[in-house]
Amino acid sequence: MNKRIFEELFFKGLMILATTLVAGSLLLIVGTILYKGLPYLTLDMVTKTPDGGFYIGKEGGVLNAIVGSFYIATGSTLLGLLISIPVSIYLNFYIKQQSFLSNAARLSFDVLFGIPSIVYGAFGFIIMIYLGMRASLLGGIITVTLLVIPIMIRTLDEIMGTVPKELRDAAFSLGATRWEASKVVLRQILPGIITAILLSFGRAIGDVASVMFTAGFSDNIPISPDEPAATLPLAIFFQLGSSVPEVQGRAYASALILTIIVLAITLLINLVSKKFSKHKI
Amino acid sequence: MQWRLVKDKSLSKIMLLLTVVTLSLVLFIAVGLYYRSIPILQNNSWGSLLGSSVWEPIKGNFGFFPFIMGTLWVTLIAIVIALPLCLLTTIYIKEYAPSSVKKVIIPLVNILAGIPPVIFGVWGVLFIVPLIQKYIAPSFVEFSTGYSVLAGGIVLAVMISPLIVSIITEVFNTIPQELKDASLSLGSTKWETIKKVVLKKAKPGIIAATVLAISRAFGETIAVLMVCGNVPKVPHSVLDPGYPLPALIANNYGEMLSIPLYDSALLYAALILFIIILFFNLISRIILHRLERKQN
Repeated sequence: MNKRIFEELFFKGLMILATTLVAGSLLLIVGTILYKGLPYLTLDMVTKTPDGGFYIGKEGGVLNAIVGSFYIATGSTLLGLLISIPVSIYLNFYIKQQSFLSNAARLSFDVLFGIPSIVYGAFGFIIMIYLGMRASLLGGIITVTLLVIPIMIRTLDEIMGTVPKELRDAAFSLGATRWEASKVVLRQILPGIITAILLSFGRAIGDVASVMFTAGFSDNIPISPDEPAATLPLAIFFQLGSSVPEVQGRAYASALILTIIVLAITLLINLVSKKFSKHKI
Repeated sequence: MQWRLVKDKSLSKIMLLLTVVTLSLVLFIAVGLYYRSIPILQNNSWGSLLGSSVWEPIKGNFGFFPFIMGTLWVTLIAIVIALPLCLLTTIYIKEYAPSSVKKVIIPLVNILAGIPPVIFGVWGVLFIVPLIQKYIAPSFVEFSTGYSVLAGGIVLAVMISPLIVSIITEVFNTIPQELKDASLSLGSTKWETIKKVVLKKAKPGIIAATVLAISRAFGETIAVLMVCGNVPKVPHSVLDPGYPLPALIANNYGEMLSIPLYDSALLYAALILFIIILFFNLISRIILHRLERKQN
């Protein structure tokens, strides 16, 4: 056989192998978690908070951590949205593209996107010392907000870039101000905003290094923002460190719960972008 | 002036303020971390902190060398595994795969990108660590618990692969079809075209993607912490345990306020991480921005 064609076939085989490995690792991960976690997944896990002796294998569940994670993810996503939408509108509709501010802003959000959550956690910790706060729900929300802002701004920025310029020009030509024109565009990119919300929610609910220092941990469901809050990833981490098999099993079950939540969010993102892009201009 | 115009102008000012504040976050983080690191920097020089291997917080000895080496080992292993795999995967998805295969592969990679770090950690403990302990390590050393820089590297490689795939895909998108057509029309095979045209043209982008992946691997905390063994010694082989910097910070935050200078030392570790990652990110983003601009 021709050497060139043989080389082609050889590398094509390698590529298929590599692709199978990369994509297959997801199935392997989900499969492992499912196999180990399913036997321990009971109704108690998701409906009860830890009873006394939970960490040596007695009764209870991780409801405190599930609720804590939802509080933190919801709070930080809302706060992040409040900051990200104005910033991305400003970058796209108020200032000239390729101006110094626009380039500097995009570069710095790209860099912020790459900063690991442990650094955000350390920074959040510094802010809290400075303000004299203790580890609490509010501290966690503030820190995770910093973490999701770059994710949101980058997503929104990208989506706003896809809106046809003519749409804005039409609004301007009817005498609209920049803000009024932005509102027209915002309506157009609503599915994109929902995608950004879901993306940051997914990131916020799964992150652990940022809330470790700042949100603390508690066996109770927090009822005010200055109480410490448990988070699901941290609960998994703590339980896995136990030497009691029962508690380790619950770590697997908690991991399964988190995986299901994250997969559901990913599914929602796909559904949203499919459903809404049908009517897009 | 009309109310509408007032609203537009004032909103513009508010948005400008928000933009400037959020983009200065990089600066705030740098200043904040540096400010908290001053106490330890007053007693030790940068050189002695980074170069010393003695880690005895209670006696006031803070040597970060083993942790830096731990981070480097894990990162290096991850990149060595992930880069060739991701490059081949991306080429396959972009150039070879039929659309029915693409429809399955691309969502899988996207979902992988969204899996939380702690899940990777649990998977590492349940799958990779026993794999190394039972099957890989016995052929090289007498005994290994499986908790090693190799385990950390493998878990990290899986974690960073969606990032690498997505960036290299974007880089490949910037390569004009005409270039490929020209090569194909001269009678080269598809693989020859990829090797001699696509990869050559995509080189700066691939370097940028690698640098970005390195910086992502550098800062990954919880998944690595769970499988790495966390022994504060310089690893000498891939089967030795290691103790990366982020794991050091995450593992000790509990007692950091009870030992003098400990909090400063840990926040100094965060500062080192921040500086390295900032530097790597800036390089790769500047390369990528330039590529994008060239395309437009």
